Amino acid sequence: MKRWALPTLVLAALIGLWQIAASSGALASVLNLEDFLVPSPAEIASALWESRSLLAENAWVTLREILLGFLCGLAAGLGFAVLLRLSGTLRRAFYPLMVASQAIPILVIAPVLLVWFGFGIGPKLVVVALICFFPITVNATDGLRSVDPEATKMMRTLDASRWQVLWRVEAPTALPFVFSGARIAATFAPIAAIFGEWVGADSGLGVLIRQDSALLETARMFAAASVLTAIALALFGLIALAERRIVTWR
Amino acid sequence: MRQDTKVATRTEDFAGAGALPSKGDSPAAAVSIRGLEHSYGELQAIERLDLEVQAHGVLGLVGPSGCGKSTLLELIAGLQQPSVGAVEVGGADNPAERLARCAFMPQRDMLLPWLNAIDNAALALRNRGVRRGAARAEAGQLFKRFGLAGFERARPAELSGGMRQRVAFLRTLVSGKPVLVLDEPFASLDAITRAEMQGWLAGALAADPRTVVLVTHDVEEALYLSDRVAVLSARPGRVVEELSPPAPRASDRDSAVTARSFVAVRERALAALHEGSQ
Repeated sequence: MKRWALPTLVLAALIGLWQIAASSGALASVLNLEDFLVPSPAEIASALWESRSLLAENAWVTLREILLGFLCGLAAGLGFAVLLRLSGTLRRAFYPLMVASQAIPILVIAPVLLVWFGFGIGPKLVVVALICFFPITVNATDGLRSVDPEATKMMRTLDASRWQVLWRVEAPTALPFVFSGARIAATFAPIAAIFGEWVGADSGLGVLIRQDSALLETARMFAAASVLTAIALALFGLIALAERRIVTWR
Repeated sequence: MRQDTKVATRTEDFAGAGALPSKGDSPAAAVSIRGLEHSYGELQAIERLDLEVQAHGVLGLVGPSGCGKSTLLELIAGLQQPSVGAVEVGGADNPAERLARCAFMPQRDMLLPWLNAIDNAALALRNRGVRRGAARAEAGQLFKRFGLAGFERARPAELSGGMRQRVAFLRTLVSGKPVLVLDEPFASLDAITRAEMQGWLAGALAADPRTVVLVTHDVEEALYLSDRVAVLSARPGRVVEELSPPAPRASDRDSAVTARSFVAVRERALAALHEGSQ
């Protein structure tokens, strides 16, 4: 608990400063803006409370996109990593391309996905899954390859089949790598979902943020952003917790 | 790290233990190497090697670093195919059958950190499709016999170096294979634990005889544990000298290694080692 004390204090101090700067009008005058465009934390909190059902409704839409997209990316990433492990030819063919493909700005091609997959949940899932796919696949592939060849030889002389080596030795070795890939994916997934919604959607936190930006409802924009932050933190925490429960030998 | 429990070091401690059933417990289980040569690309690792191991015999291999000892073990175990010559285990020279007859104990213990000691020891049984409960029961008998009782559920990280090495050896033994291929099994241990483990291994093999090929850096260890020792030369590895240690291996270690006849053979082995390193 002690290691949380200092960051919590800093966060509280920042929010306090923001509160003073915003409510006194100092922040607005520095930014050369009308007062109502610069909400204080207290105003954001009250917007959060007043619009709770609207926020919850849209948060649920976004949460579903994040979770389903993440799970699709995870499943595809793990499956692909296993394939690359089982076939040296596949790995030599695909691994360099995969690493290079991380340079593709997935978010920017989201509009194309909209054209292909329509306005439903489809394009958002694809964007989130693609964003999650790369860190998970690259980490899982590296993890599976990090197995000590002596352990593989030992297993082979103990009559292990290729699948048994994979399941009993390589998969557990790769687990910590998979978790660190999943943590990276979890931090990007919410951003990907919001971007997917911006390109075309009728509900979700991204849609809400856009509408509020047009309506100059800045307090509710910040409220929506804080809900999204909470979702991202919860997902990250859940993965960290799972890792601590599963990877008990480290 | 927990303290080692008392280690059984003499044959009597294993009295009535009864050997594990092992596949192919016949003279055909011997290892035979004829005209072996092996190279990695341009690099010749082994040249003109001939070696024989009788069933239930223990062959010690000593030699300078990089003389192809580990390669030789992998060739015997069927993990590699020789460039030239023949390697037979129990009369079979195809790698799959050699693999089926040999169990390999790597230099580092290679215990899987996510499995407890007993599941590590039972790996070979699990790989063969034996159910978890039955596999644990079978491996569990050996835990009691080898001074590991009470540590069945311990994770490898909770065991001392000597205990880890014993679990790794049990894992090899539980496989039930007629030929054990040991790559410097005690190299990572301190001198006292190593001496203790050598006595322990001698006792274990006396109670449950197998054909063993043992690679070691330690001439004394080779002479004490083996009934024949081959001294290999620097790369490309060939046999410089073959020696027969004077004492039967299961006798008390401390008196065995200080006996005059033992010391004399050791001198010869060291001289051969020195000559082969030139």
